[in-house]
Amino acid sequence: MADNVTPRIRVPREASAGETITIKTLISHPMESGQRKDRDGNVIPRSIINRFTCEFNGQSVIDITLEPAISTNPFLEFQAIVPESGTFEFTWYDDDGDIYTDSKEIVVS
Amino acid sequence: MSFTRRDTLRLAMGTAFAAAVPFKVFADVDADVAAFTGGAEIGEGGITLVAPEIAENGNTVPIEVDAPGAVAILVLATGNPTPAVGTFNFGPLAGAQQASTRIRLAGTQDVLAIAKMADGTFVQARQEVKVTIGGCGG
Repeated sequence: MADNVTPRIRVPREASAGETITIKTLISHPMESGQRKDRDGNVIPRSIINRFTCEFNGQSVIDITLEPAISTNPFLEFQAIVPESGTFEFTWYDDDGDIYTDSKEIVVS
Repeated sequence: MSFTRRDTLRLAMGTAFAAAVPFKVFADVDADVAAFTGGAEIGEGGITLVAPEIAENGNTVPIEVDAPGAVAILVLATGNPTPAVGTFNFGPLAGAQQASTRIRLAGTQDVLAIAKMADGTFVQARQEVKVTIGGCGG
């Protein structure tokens, strides 16, 4: 349904063990709130990303429930601890059942 | 001073717009808070909510919540048609119980953040945001 959904993520390439890093994510998505009306007065149906999760090597970092009040192209910034080298898995869940995923590697030196 | 035809039209449109802004009902906020806290008492302190005092565009208002030791933070926009904004659940690898995002605000209103602490208590923070152009469409 939602076209051109592209996730963009910023994670540092390297970190030291146990360091707290900042992760920024942005995904292009209209986040149609279900409140707006089109020119003929019909309500435009709701179509948003309702959940976002971030996991590191299978362990949860953050799990966010998104409501229609989140802006278009949802931007999320949060902190994570990296105990070892591994992969961050990012997942966005769309209202229409689509799931968008992306992953980023990080090397602990 | 004399009104030109253009001035008069502009004035009339402004009045009509102000009259059309509907009065909001706040009952939904209490329901959302009760669903999150289970009716528990809510304290103050230990949570920071950063939001701009004045937001020119209600479509993207940057906010940040920070509550050290929290397991979950609920954010509500008390004046929106649907007050819920989002819930942040922090996992074991969360580096800090802090997150920022951008939200929509329908108009000038209070933004409310409630944190559930690890020991089961709740704390809240409130911040008023003045919105110049609302962000919920017509």
